[in-house]
Amino acid sequence: MKQVFGRSPSLKDVQTHFCPGCHHGSVHRLVAEALDEFGIREKTIGCASVGCSVFLYGYFNIDVVESPHGRAPAVATGIKRARPDRIVFTYQGDGDLAAIGMSEIIHSANRGEDITVIFVNNTTYGMTGGQMAPTTLPGQKTSTSPYGRDINNDGAPFKMAELLSNLDGVAFSARVAVNNPKNVLSAKKLIKTAFRYQVEGRGFSFIEALAACPTNWGMQPLPANERIGDEMIPYFPLGVYKNSDNL
Amino acid sequence: MSDRQFVKGNEAVAMGAIMAGVRCYFGYPITPQSDIPEYLSRELPKTGGTFIQAESEIGAINMVLGASAAGVRAMTSSSGPGISLKQEGISYMAGSELPGVIVDIMRQGPGLGGIDASQADYFQATRGGGHGGYRIIVLAPGSVQEMYDLTMLAFDLSDLYRIPAMVLADSVLGQMKESITPNPRPQCELPSKEWAVRGWAEGTPQNVVKSLKLGDGEMEKFHWQMHARYQQVADKESRWEEYRTEDASLIVTAFGSTARISRTAVEMARDAGMKVGLLRPITLSPFPKKIYADLSSRCKLFLDIELSTGQMIDDVRLSVARDTEVAFYGRPPGAGSLPTPEEIFEQIKRYAG
Repeated sequence: MKQVFGRSPSLKDVQTHFCPGCHHGSVHRLVAEALDEFGIREKTIGCASVGCSVFLYGYFNIDVVESPHGRAPAVATGIKRARPDRIVFTYQGDGDLAAIGMSEIIHSANRGEDITVIFVNNTTYGMTGGQMAPTTLPGQKTSTSPYGRDINNDGAPFKMAELLSNLDGVAFSARVAVNNPKNVLSAKKLIKTAFRYQVEGRGFSFIEALAACPTNWGMQPLPANERIGDEMIPYFPLGVYKNSDNL
Repeated sequence: MSDRQFVKGNEAVAMGAIMAGVRCYFGYPITPQSDIPEYLSRELPKTGGTFIQAESEIGAINMVLGASAAGVRAMTSSSGPGISLKQEGISYMAGSELPGVIVDIMRQGPGLGGIDASQADYFQATRGGGHGGYRIIVLAPGSVQEMYDLTMLAFDLSDLYRIPAMVLADSVLGQMKESITPNPRPQCELPSKEWAVRGWAEGTPQNVVKSLKLGDGEMEKFHWQMHARYQQVADKESRWEEYRTEDASLIVTAFGSTARISRTAVEMARDAGMKVGLLRPITLSPFPKKIYADLSSRCKLFLDIELSTGQMIDDVRLSVARDTEVAFYGRPPGAGSLPTPEEIFEQIKRYAG
């Protein structure tokens, strides 16, 4: 019998620690497929961040540097400047990238570092137990916004894909989701595009992936998946915000 | 023809770094160390290296972490408040067994403090500085020549032991101009960086640079392993300078800029017929305990001089024989607090009695 689907060679044959219904596994898979399709696995270095994404080295067949909380873009800058012929990407969550690491992401993007950033936005701090994130939606209840996020008190959620697209150093910025087959296919194409930019040495590429965190949202996997389409996409519209192919 | 050059201490650090083969420098402006990034922004790209003025001290040290993880020689430099910001990254580097050189041209504190010379960051430097329980290698130059030489040594020791290394000086040494010989890089057999991330090619092991250690007993084992390594560094790499200690009954001890002033005071005492010497630790971490123990069997008193209310004195007291007296004269940092040789000579006379 002909095998039509299998594990991506860039992924290890192991079980992940991710909760049922978590979207990290899907995003990992799409990143792995991009590395496989460009044949760049052996020259790729990943930068893990702090949070549920920290175990990158346990799931990918690549060399990995673990970064302090929020600092992955600075670490990736160091790696890429030291080894410009390597493919370097960061994989960061929303607390990591858009709160404690806001300075590092903005400045590495502004320098046009030739790296790819995979930003997983699930509107909460997953690893620490569901606290309010910089992308938590207005009114969303979390363990540190028990009455719902109040934008008068906490500010409004950051729209990172749009924000970064305004910087001259950014070559590619897009927001994707993996909540249904159509969006997965689109996400795959755009993640591949982001890595293509780096393969071609064209500067900073950014992917924001909307993701479910059923455990910390207090939801079953299926309703959590539906929340992506019902609540997150209306606030965080999918699409390409910067594409220097078209400039 | 002499190849001696008349340069500032901070420039000597940058020259030493280039001679040591630094490939990446990441820094941020802060007085009194800004001559280092200024020099390297001009000269490092000429050698094919990378200079980035980072968005912050935090950004800079994490770029060092990344470049070092990729296997190249990388450094940063700063002063007081900036060094405080770098402690997060230094702790992660220590936990990840990454080499890297951090230059601290001390200024006053706490807080914004001021830009005059200080030695009040001795504790911060020699006790690791960040969270988690670790040591770094700390070298304390006493001249512009040593700013150059010890920067090269810092790279070698850091690579050899996979421990971050710091060059700890102050604004006197950083801003002062002296004539130096730009020595070639010392011969040092260094292990290859097989642990560095390069891309996981077929037939090679996966390289992961990380400080997260969750396995049963994994972290405990790491701490004991590093403890043994720090001990090995102490046994093999402790460095100091002795001046006229052979028959001294009173030994002045000081590091960096205060050691220079103290040396003049020791000369004044010798001219007056007093048996006084100087012991200057060059490695502050590891602290050269053995020479203090050895000399304390021969002398009556150590006189510790610092630009603080007393920090190194703890290490002096822990190192000397139990019955050896340790006296202290300190001028906490601040404009106008740098002691004169005469002032230290007065202290010598007081204790030499």
